[in-house]
Amino acid sequence: MGYERQKDFGTPESTSNEMVTLTIDGREVSVPAGTSVMRAASESGGHIPKLCATDNVKAFGSCRLCLVEIEGARGTPASCTTPVAAGMKVKTQTPRLEKLRKGVMELYISDHPLDCLTCSANNDCELQDEAAAVGLRDVRYGYEGANHLGGAVDGSNPYFSFASDKCIVCSRCVRACDEVQGTFALTVDGRGFASMISAGQTVDDFLTSECVSCGACVQACPTSALMEKSVKEHGKPERSVVTTCAYCGVGCAFRAEMKGEQLIRMVPWKDGKANHGHSCVKGRFAWGYANHKDRITKPMIREKITDPWREVSWEEAIRFSADKIKTIKAEHGPSALGGITSSRCTNEESFLVQKLVRAGFGSNNTDTCARVCHSPTGYGLSTTFGTSAGTQNFDSADHTDVFLVIGANPTDAHPVFGSRIKRRLRKGAKMIVVDPRRIDLVKSPKIEAAHHLPLQPGTNVAVLTSLAHVIVTEGLADEDFIRERCDWDEYQDWARFVSDEKHSPEFLEAVTRVPAQTVREAARLFATGGNGAIYYGLGVTEHSQGSSTVMAIANLAMVTGNIGREGVGVNPLRGQNNVQGACDMGSFPHELSGYRHISDAATRKLFEDDWGVALDPEPGLRIPNMLDAAVDGSFKAIYIQGEDILQSDPDTHHVAAGLAAMDCVIVHDLFLNETANYAHVFLPGSTFLEKAGTFTNAERRIQPVRKVMEPANGYQDWQVTQLLANAIGCDWNYKHASEILAEISRLTPTFAGVTWERVINGDQLQWPVTDKAPNGSPIMHVDGFVRGKGKFVVTEYVPTDEKTGPRFPLLLTTGRILSQYNVGAQTRRTGNQVWHSEDVLEIHPTDAENRGLATGDFARLASRAGETTLRVEVTEKVAPGVVYTTFHHPDTQANVVTTDNSDWATNCPEYKVTAVQVTPSNGPSEWQEEYADLTAMARRIEAMEPAE
Amino acid sequence: MDINKLSRMANQIAANFEANGHDKAVEETRVHIWKYWDPRMKAQIFGDTSQLSPIAKDAIEQLKAEAEAA
Repeated sequence: MGYERQKDFGTPESTSNEMVTLTIDGREVSVPAGTSVMRAASESGGHIPKLCATDNVKAFGSCRLCLVEIEGARGTPASCTTPVAAGMKVKTQTPRLEKLRKGVMELYISDHPLDCLTCSANNDCELQDEAAAVGLRDVRYGYEGANHLGGAVDGSNPYFSFASDKCIVCSRCVRACDEVQGTFALTVDGRGFASMISAGQTVDDFLTSECVSCGACVQACPTSALMEKSVKEHGKPERSVVTTCAYCGVGCAFRAEMKGEQLIRMVPWKDGKANHGHSCVKGRFAWGYANHKDRITKPMIREKITDPWREVSWEEAIRFSADKIKTIKAEHGPSALGGITSSRCTNEESFLVQKLVRAGFGSNNTDTCARVCHSPTGYGLSTTFGTSAGTQNFDSADHTDVFLVIGANPTDAHPVFGSRIKRRLRKGAKMIVVDPRRIDLVKSPKIEAAHHLPLQPGTNVAVLTSLAHVIVTEGLADEDFIRERCDWDEYQDWARFVSDEKHSPEFLEAVTRVPAQTVREAARLFATGGNGAIYYGLGVTEHSQGSSTVMAIANLAMVTGNIGREGVGVNPLRGQNNVQGACDMGSFPHELSGYRHISDAATRKLFEDDWGVALDPEPGLRIPNMLDAAVDGSFKAIYIQGEDILQSDPDTHHVAAGLAAMDCVIVHDLFLNETANYAHVFLPGSTFLEKAGTFTNAERRIQPVRKVMEPANGYQDWQVTQLLANAIGCDWNYKHASEILAEISRLTPTFAGVTWERVINGDQLQWPVTDKAPNGSPIMHVDGFVRGKGKFVVTEYVPTDEKTGPRFPLLLTTGRILSQYNVGAQTRRTGNQVWHSEDVLEIHPTDAENRGLATGDFARLASRAGETTLRVEVTEKVAPGVVYTTFHHPDTQANVVTTDNSDWATNCPEYKVTAVQVTPSNGPSEWQEEYADLTAMARRIEAMEPAE
Repeated sequence: MDINKLSRMANQIAANFEANGHDKAVEETRVHIWKYWDPRMKAQIFGDTSQLSPIAKDAIEQLKAEAEAA
């Protein structure tokens, strides 16, 4: 499509079911009650000039440009703040209105630079457009008097600047920050003529203020006052393509606004059903990694990992890889080969990688990065409900009365949905936070949790069981729901279990460190407060009892009847953009796409008939098992697409030993990541901007990924997998990702009704898409659970083996920060570095004082697995005895410290509980220095001989 | 593969089913390992059950008997 600004109806949509009919400029118009006159005019094809109104914030009525005449009404009311009424007769264009609007616009323009031809918003400026619309031709007031021309420009933010002389103080930015993002970082400072937009306090600029760079203010600005620096540098885009963000699992829809093959900016798409036109700093701005100088676009090989890399042709790289795979298979059998699919790649690409492993390599040794994040979700929700996915769509949150957020930090890790939660809280919903840290949802501007349960890391199951204890023993269980929807006998067994005094909040207080009264009050609120919805993240899954915690959450939802309708449910917040999809696609070693166990002969036959090969009926190795088997000598080669296991997986020393023991490590990625230090083949990958396919977000929404530019490396990732497959003897002939999606749909019942055309046409399909639910399933388990009766599972609290003691007296828990993403491979190569250029260790003031540490000091962080050093930040966000850091930077590699403990059911690593000691340090650890040397050695690229 | 690690994994699985009573826990543990463990992991633990808890040991011995009968 060509470039045109997204349609702006001026005021938000009304959700009323009641329709109202009125007349606008002689035309009869019917709109929902509560719609503004401005929006009614816009929806019916008209246009009322406006400046302070935009449809993602409430009407403000300050600019006085949108005046209309209404028959029988006095004066000329602002159409943005005037709701429609039955029989109303509106005139939007009259000589009187024309005169008034010209007068208003003349005043605006009299204090606005007339440098339109050199302005970055030229021809894409609402002020310019509306000046033309009102027919302003002359400005009677000169620049001699007081004005704002020559005002300061704040260029502190890496992505956008604020030019105060271009600002018309419409306050759209302030309201977007308040109402859409919920950060309240911006304000109108001063009064009258002195009014000006200010970020934070007087001493702040945008960078030092509370601004989180979501971009809502930039999007709202009607002039070039707030403008992307990329537009200033390159000019206005000339076309746009709607695609899906490749950062977190929210799955925001964006318009990639392009100039030729150059991406000018990413703008959140208003029609995106996951984000409704909002964005965060990552999706909106942090896409510069796509063209970063570190990006590798040519294949490289080497015989030994101590050799320098040698750039080769695609043919040579694929032949080299295939020869190694075939040799290893011949000598050691198929079980020596495996692969890892990527949650950053498309469904189609993940499907092909697991197909390559099963049908090409001949083993089931396929796994995916969900192993280290949400594999317990798959196990837990499948066991209790029958489906390995969350139950709700994001819109459901608008109907929630009580949120229970456990082990998740949505404002940092899922910021667009975090803003959505905050918006609902500002409307009166209640919040219960279960988290060792005082996250922003506990208290931030205009919101405050009703209860914060700051539990000891590793005691999720104990806290959830004690919440259930209160609900059952105080008679708050929804027995009607349970009798109708769940297995009653299993419920009674479970109810007896949780009712035991040893599961009471009072008994468990010594373990959880949460005051019993707080647990009791939180339980009562959740059980009686209306629609209760549970949202959780990796603070639930990344524990030795991750799967038990997921099942305990499901128990809590069932016992309170909070399943199967809007506003309730169990909602895993997925970390990466396509974690849900990668799991759906059969990436796990024990199951084929659609979560069907590999031992099921009928399912296997479907695939065998389609693929023309026999499949191994035994489950394969999980990632940690692959590494163990490599050290043991029975696992020899791995193909890793879009995943950096050396940095992201626990116990780095063991991961390194496993990789070093393999004969062939093929890394398929954008950059020479940490895992590539141990690779023999590097196959350059393509970014989400360079490929077609689909991503599935945390709501099970299957969304289109559109190719907006040609792959810099020459191939989309699925094409590279196909090259490798064919080189080892497969006969694949996919011409487009749509053909892979057709195969997925053919072989996966929950995708039966999914077609490329429907996805591209915006059908917004949320699986299952079946004959019974041809348009998808926004909310699951509406009439009954997928497994039949909901299953209550007894979840005994089994303390982790990871315990503090004299050597390691503190508990380390790890997490993410807003500006960085996962291992940081993408975001570290963007302007986001300005906010977080290194991992830091949060430590409570008491613990810091005991160790003589102050903010900014270097500290040694040691566990039984290893040690690293990093700077500390002394803060009360963490409780005494608990320290916290992120894992975004390879220089730190927090996973050197994490252990090989894992979830009992899925082997998801226990990242959230590591016993550590923190001591002052002078600088990098011995390991860090050795690793820096290794990296320098491993990344050497042999100089190319000049062509003759 | 490291038998210590495999034994720890099996014991961990058993411990999480223990609240269901011995017989049910043995059955749940057996099914879990059958569904999720690679054949080489099963083969190795069949050969050394010395570090296993009673529930895990019974589960592994049942699995081993089934494998031998197959």
